[in-house]
Amino acid sequence: MKVLGLILAGDKGKALGKLTAKRASAAVPIGGKYRAIDFTISNMVRSGIRKIGVITQYNPRSLMDHLGSGREWDLDRKNGGLYILQPYADENGMYWYHGTADAIFQNMTIFRRGSEDYVLIGSGDHIYNADFNALYDYHMISMADITVVTKSMDGYDPMLYRVLEVDEEGKITKLEEKVRKPSGNKINLGIYFMNKKLLMDLLYASVPNGKYDLLRDMIVSNLNVLRIMSYEFKGYWKNVKKSVMEYKSINMDMLNPEISKELFYKNGKIFTKLKDMAPPKITPTGNISNCIVADGNIISGKVVNSVIFRNVKIKSGAVVEDSVVLEGSVVEEGAKIFNCILDKNVTIRSERVYRGYDEPLVFEKWQVI
Amino acid sequence: MDKLVAMILAGGQGTRLGVLTDNIAKPAVPFGGKYRIIDFTLSNCANSSIYTVGVLTQYKPRVLSTHLGIGKDWDLDRKQGGLFILSPYTASSQGEWYKGTAHAIQQNIDFIDKFSPKYVLVLSGDHVYSMDYNEMLDFHISKSAEVTIACIRVPLFEASRFGTIITDNVSRITDFEEKPIKPRSQLASMGIYLFNWNLLRQALVKDAKDRGSNHDFGKNVIPALLSRNHHMYAYEFEGYWRDVGTIHSFWETNLELTYPMPDLNLYNPNWRFYTHSEEMPPAFFAKESEVIKSLVSEGSRIYGKVNESVLFQGVEIGKGSIVKNSVVMTNTKIGENCYVENAIIGEKVIVKENAKIGFGEERENAEFPNIYDHGITVIGEEVVIPRQIIVGKSCSIANFLDLEKMNVSALESGKNLKGDVRN
Repeated sequence: MKVLGLILAGDKGKALGKLTAKRASAAVPIGGKYRAIDFTISNMVRSGIRKIGVITQYNPRSLMDHLGSGREWDLDRKNGGLYILQPYADENGMYWYHGTADAIFQNMTIFRRGSEDYVLIGSGDHIYNADFNALYDYHMISMADITVVTKSMDGYDPMLYRVLEVDEEGKITKLEEKVRKPSGNKINLGIYFMNKKLLMDLLYASVPNGKYDLLRDMIVSNLNVLRIMSYEFKGYWKNVKKSVMEYKSINMDMLNPEISKELFYKNGKIFTKLKDMAPPKITPTGNISNCIVADGNIISGKVVNSVIFRNVKIKSGAVVEDSVVLEGSVVEEGAKIFNCILDKNVTIRSERVYRGYDEPLVFEKWQVI
Repeated sequence: MDKLVAMILAGGQGTRLGVLTDNIAKPAVPFGGKYRIIDFTLSNCANSSIYTVGVLTQYKPRVLSTHLGIGKDWDLDRKQGGLFILSPYTASSQGEWYKGTAHAIQQNIDFIDKFSPKYVLVLSGDHVYSMDYNEMLDFHISKSAEVTIACIRVPLFEASRFGTIITDNVSRITDFEEKPIKPRSQLASMGIYLFNWNLLRQALVKDAKDRGSNHDFGKNVIPALLSRNHHMYAYEFEGYWRDVGTIHSFWETNLELTYPMPDLNLYNPNWRFYTHSEEMPPAFFAKESEVIKSLVSEGSRIYGKVNESVLFQGVEIGKGSIVKNSVVMTNTKIGENCYVENAIIGEKVIVKENAKIGFGEERENAEFPNIYDHGITVIGEEVVIPRQIIVGKSCSIANFLDLEKMNVSALESGKNLKGDVRN
């Protein structure tokens, strides 16, 4: 089966505030060394997809820098490989994407040029480890026209997600947009699988008529005509751009051995950009408990319940608790931070104390405090 | 540096590393939490902008060749130049195993000629060091030298382990002694030679014809060139350089990295060391873990106590276990309530619960007191250590032994467990 992967990675992720001030939500760093998009790309590559288009829009610099030629995911190919699809301007104007369907519609060339029969659409913001082969099988066996990946609503706030009503057979019957008390019980994960020709037809039928939303305008509007099935994903799945709280809690989830085993080992590895740094060093004054510590770090202070990214220096006498410290940051001698998120290359000067109360305190990139 | 070809000698066994080199060549021995010894030489090349590198392999090259691949991890996958693995070959009229270091280069004269270089840099894949070869080349050019030998100052009593160099007051070499009993100089050769290619080519051809020669740089080629009054200079290197040729120096050099300010800086962003490593999530330290003065690599999961140790990728230390002054290599699992002290544990070893390693009285190794000394116990790769067993000090266990199946219940200090060497 030849499948084309498409990853929607143009979202700003407004809810993440300072963390997405200079990067798209798909490029948000997570879990000590990864970026959000690593999970979806790795899942696709492991499921046999050899050609992936990444649709970008909002501030893609950091995302492009991360993806490069796609070499880290074995996507630097002579056949297929990685395609960055970004909005462009020509003599008639600028073509910003109006919505998910429009973003794909403007990049229709990738469909026309390729020999793939199917398209898997994913999103760059999702943190999960899936084997899509199971999804392909389900799509075939259930004779679906379109398969939508869903998840049981337990533990998710319906106000933040689109909820789908599904009948006993698995057919999708109704969509509810972020309502308080939905009648359905499956959230839409934003992962779709369908025949390429069908997708092209649907795009031609909707986008030129001003209908820009993939799920609402192309899928749900055809519930009576097409066989649209729900495939329930049972594993760990989170969307990184819902809130700062959620961002932090996803990082903290990785301290849970069961979740980290599922995310990083179960169906195979998650690949990311290699940085060639030395193993982290814990000096005689260092003290670490319940933490993830990435390469290149030198830990001389006390670090508890935290996720420490690459090339971070925690100096002696410093305390880092319940925090997420991104790449290249420094916590100097005697400084203390509790419930904070330090973006990349932040320096906390010695003896300073910061504490996030209800929400984690976020420090912007390159800040020196 | 487009006029220069580097040739790395990586075919040595390293007999004094015991079980560590039973199945792999010395340059492929893991070092420093995620590296292999040859990474340092290769990274020095890449950082010195040398992009044409030949690696001469011979002894058990499988792990080494797999590690090197096409040289991508060191930016040596090039359209021009790049990394070449040069193994011994046979041909209709000549070709055989490399008989010595000089013979290995001589067999690859055609390879070097292809690049028509001005200089050839002969390096060893056995050393851990950080060196900018540009400085040596600048020195070579400024002295109008034909041969430059990099050397390092060592204590006089240690000099007899090395080739020693006697120079005049402008660093010109006047005499060279290979492993002298009574050294006359503190300058030890680092096994790094920079030659003008036309001279080296002649010397190699001449040496190959000499039936009495051992075809070795230190023993034959260098003394022969010296006797013919060529311009040979000693470049004194003052940075970090270690020959990790013995179990004790290997162990010590690894543990040195855990000190707060080690001489070898692995964290210098302008002089990075590259390696081929597996993709693993960052290290995890559990609530009950206690780790100080250690390196803990990616993929490790620590539930016990670790003190002054180097843990490689994917190592697991179970609850209640104590690991002290040890080197634990990739993907080794240490169960609960174990005790490990002064040990080097190979890759993919399984240590089951309540086992003790490096525990008991001090005793000299019965058979190989020169290899397994200083009380260090060495365990080969893929060994299985059953629960509750006690393995003493200065012991060795050969690769691939399953002590559970062999019904071993204890190994006294100074004893060795040998197995068939699997190829």
